[in-house]
Amino acid sequence: MARQPEGPPPPPTVQKLRIRYAKRGRLRFASHRDLARTLERALRRAQVPMAFSAGFSPHPKISYLGAAPTGSASEAEYLEIGLSVRCDPEAVRAALDAALPEDLAVVECVEALEGTGSLADRIDTSVWRVELPGVALAELEPALAEFLSRDVVTVAKRTKNGLRDIDARASVTSAFAVEEAGCAILHMVVRQGTPAVRPDDVLAALTAVADLRPPLPPRAVRAAQGRLDDTGTVADPLGPDRAARTRCQGEHATI
Amino acid sequence: MTGETLYPRLEPLLAQIQKPIQYVGGELNSQVKPWDGAAVHWALMYPDAYEVGLPNQGLMILYEVLNERPDALAERTYAVWPDLAALMRENGVPQFTVDGHRAVKDFDLLGVSFATELGYTNLLEALDLAGVPLHAVDRDETHPVVVAGGHAAFNPEPVSDFVDAAVLGDGEQVVGDITDVVKAWKAQGRPGGRVELLARLARVDGVYVPSFYAVSYAADGAIAAVTRTRDDVPVKVGKRTVMDLDEWPYPKTPIVPLAESVHERMSVEIFRGCTRGCRFCQAGMITRPVRERTITGIGSMVEQGLKATGYEEVGLLSLSSADHSEIGQLAKELADRYEGTNTSLSLPSTRVDAFNVTLANELSRNGRRSGLTFAPEGGSERIRRVINKTVSKEDLVRTVTTAYANGWRQVKLYFMCGLPTETDEDVLEIAELAVEVIRAGREASGQKDVRCTVSIGGFVPKPHTPFQWAGQASADTIDHRLRILRQAINADRRIGKSIGLRYHDGKPGVIEGLLSRGDRRVGRVIERVWREGGKFDGWSEHFSFDRWTTAAAEELAPFGVDLDWFTTRERTEHEILPWDHLDSGLDKEFLWDDWQEALNEEEVADCRWTPCYDCGVCPTMGTEIQIGPTGRSLIPLTVV
Repeated sequence: MARQPEGPPPPPTVQKLRIRYAKRGRLRFASHRDLARTLERALRRAQVPMAFSAGFSPHPKISYLGAAPTGSASEAEYLEIGLSVRCDPEAVRAALDAALPEDLAVVECVEALEGTGSLADRIDTSVWRVELPGVALAELEPALAEFLSRDVVTVAKRTKNGLRDIDARASVTSAFAVEEAGCAILHMVVRQGTPAVRPDDVLAALTAVADLRPPLPPRAVRAAQGRLDDTGTVADPLGPDRAARTRCQGEHATI
Repeated sequence: MTGETLYPRLEPLLAQIQKPIQYVGGELNSQVKPWDGAAVHWALMYPDAYEVGLPNQGLMILYEVLNERPDALAERTYAVWPDLAALMRENGVPQFTVDGHRAVKDFDLLGVSFATELGYTNLLEALDLAGVPLHAVDRDETHPVVVAGGHAAFNPEPVSDFVDAAVLGDGEQVVGDITDVVKAWKAQGRPGGRVELLARLARVDGVYVPSFYAVSYAADGAIAAVTRTRDDVPVKVGKRTVMDLDEWPYPKTPIVPLAESVHERMSVEIFRGCTRGCRFCQAGMITRPVRERTITGIGSMVEQGLKATGYEEVGLLSLSSADHSEIGQLAKELADRYEGTNTSLSLPSTRVDAFNVTLANELSRNGRRSGLTFAPEGGSERIRRVINKTVSKEDLVRTVTTAYANGWRQVKLYFMCGLPTETDEDVLEIAELAVEVIRAGREASGQKDVRCTVSIGGFVPKPHTPFQWAGQASADTIDHRLRILRQAINADRRIGKSIGLRYHDGKPGVIEGLLSRGDRRVGRVIERVWREGGKFDGWSEHFSFDRWTTAAAEELAPFGVDLDWFTTRERTEHEILPWDHLDSGLDKEFLWDDWQEALNEEEVADCRWTPCYDCGVCPTMGTEIQIGPTGRSLIPLTVV
C-alpha cells in the first residue's frame, strides 16, 4: 500500500471558480510555466482559500486551459480553481487582480455551474489579432488572399521532436486584414488542434505563399477563445456559468 | 539626458530569443525610481544568468537598502545570454538594467557581486556591452565606478585591471558610505576628477582601490612587495562587519521572479558567520564572528516575507543553520505558526548530526518532504580530521539511518575530492559509507526504495583559509579518484542502484583555483579568454578548459610562471600572498598554525562553546560573538 502522510486529509473542494485573465505588455514574454508560478503565488498572497490535492506533495487545485504561446499577449486566457471555502467570485477576482503584476489582469471570475460540462469542452477556437509593424495593408491583403485561396499551406514548425511539417491553412476558418495608424493588422479565427497552428505558423505561411516578410517582429494578441458554431461565431466560454449566477446567489464567505 | 528607458529598442529583440521573460523586469517587489530624484545611481550586477542571480541574497539586500534612501536609486542587471548579446551588438543596444531598462553606462556606480570567480569573464562581457572601457585606467569621470563585492572580492587582484574598487565584508553599511562620498563629490562639481573620487573612496573603511597599490615580483615569480602609491590610503584594508542583524532585517520584501530561478523559495538569514573552523571553508573564515538574528527577529522576517511574496517555502539560511542557539524552539514554533497552510520550512545542507534529523522532521511537518542533505565533506575519518569536520563513521551511518527510519526516502551527501593529504583510500571510503547507509536504511525503514545521492566536487583552495598554502590537486587526480569511486559504488548492483553519484569533473576547479589564488598577472589571462569568446564559465556547455589553459600558458609565460605555479604548487610559510594586504581579521600566524595542525590531523573546537583560540578576528575588527538564547518565543499568528 502506498504510504500516506500523517494527519487528516486536506479539506475537499466546495466551490469551483472559472477565471478569465489577460496577459499584456511586457508579460507577453512570460511562458505558461512562468504564468502558472506567478498565479499560484498571487493566489497565496491574496489568501484565496485554495483546495489542495492529498499526498506528500500537496498542490493547489488549479487547471489551466491551453495557454497562449510565449511572446503572444492575450485578453482571453482561462483557468479553473477549486476552493475549500465558498467565496464571492467578484471578491476573489478583485483580490487576485490586486495581487498580480500590473500586466496580468483578472478580467472575470464566475462560479462553475454543475452539469453544464467542462470548460475545456467550451473552447476549441482562438480569435487572434496580429499587428504587423512596418507592413502596409496593401502588402498584407494580397498575401492573405493568396493564403486563403489555397487548400493546404505547409510550413515547418519547431516541436518537441524537432522540425516538422504542418498545414497552416486548414485550421484558419476566417481571416481579414485592416490598417490602423499605418500598420497592417491581421484578424483571424483559428481552430485549436494538434499540432496547434499559431500566429507564427500563419505568418510563416504568408511568407511561403507571397513572400511577405515583416521587417519587425509582429505582435500577436489572442482576443477571444471559445466554441465555434456553424454561423462562424465564437461563443463566450463563461456564458453558461454567468447565466446561472443570476439564478442562484449562494452564501459567500469573505476573504 | 540619461536614465532613459531602452525598452522600446529592446522589445523587438526579445521576440527572437530564448526565455525573454528574464529581461523584462516588473517582478513583484521590484521598483523603478525616477532618475532625476536620486543624487546617486547604482547598477547592481550579479555576473551570471538571471535565473542564478535573481535569488542572490546579497544583491537583494543592497537593492533594498539603497532604494530606501531618498537620495539613491538602485537597479539590477545580470549577464545576458549569448543569443541576446549578439542581437544587442548588432542593434546597438547596450547592457541594461532589468528594472528601468536604463543603460548601465548612465549609472554612477556598477556594483558587481562575485560569489564565485567563474563570473569574471561575464564582468568583462557586461562592461563591453555597456560601452564602459574594459580597463579601469581608461575610464574618466563620465563612466561608472566599477566596484566588486562578495566573497571573491577578498582577493580581487586577478580583476584589479577591470574594477575601480573592491569592498571587503558585509555590504549593508558600506554602500551607504560610498553613496555619501559619491554624492558629495558630484555636488561639489567633481573636483579632481576620477582620481580624487577614487582617493576619497579608498579612505572609506572596507574599500580597496587597487590602482593605489603597486605590486613587484621577485626572480622566483613570487610577489616581492605590495606598496601603496599614496600615503592617504591604508597600508592594509580591513573588512566591514555588520553587528546586530536584527537592525538589518533585509530583504524585507524579496523580489519574486516570473521566470524560473534556481531557488524557488524565500530565504531568511538566521545568522551570519561561522566558527566551526572547517579549514576548507572560505565563507566560515571571512565572515566571522557569529552574529545571530534573534528568534523573534526571524519570526517577523518570515511572516513579512511570506505576506510580501506568496512563496510556499522558506529556507532558514546560514553557514550551519542547526547551530543557531534557539534552533530547536525556532523550528517548533515556526512549524506551529504555519500548521495547515501548506508552507514548508527548510534548512540548507547541515552537519551530520542526529539532532538535525529531528529538526528536519519538525520543519517538514506542514509541507513537502523533499530530501535531506548532509555535508560530511570528507570520505574518511582521517580526512575529516584534516579538514576539521570531525564525525565518526558510526555517527554518520546512524544519523542517516535515523532519517530513513523517520520517513525520509532520499538523503543527499556532499563530499569534496582533492583535499590536502587525500589518498585514493580516503575517497573510496565514500563508497563504503554509501553502501552501509543504504543497507542500514533499508533495514531501519523496512523499505527497499531508500535512496542516497553522493554529490562530489573537486576542492579549490581559497584565500584567507588555512588551506591557502596547499597545493591544489590536478584535474587528472580528481578525475582518477572520481572514476574509482564510481566503480566502487557500482561494484554491487543490488546496492549501487540505490546510490546516485553526481560529480563535476576536475577541469573547471583548476581554473577556479587559478582565479581564486591568482595575482594581478592573471588579469591578462582573463581578458584573453574573454576576447576569444569565453563567458558563462560556470556553465559546462560554455566553459572551455582548452581556451583557459592556452591563454594561461601564453599570457603567463613572459612572467616566468604558469597555471601549475598558481594551482598545484604548495606555498611556503613566508611567501607574500596576493591578498596579504587585504585583512579578513584572521592572523596569518593563526592560519599557518592551523594549516600545520591540519597536516597533523589535529582538530580545533568551536569558540562559541570553548575558549577563544585567537584567530584574531574579534580584536582586529572590534567585533564580538553575538549569540542567544534570548529566552523569547514566537506567539501564534492571529491571522494566517
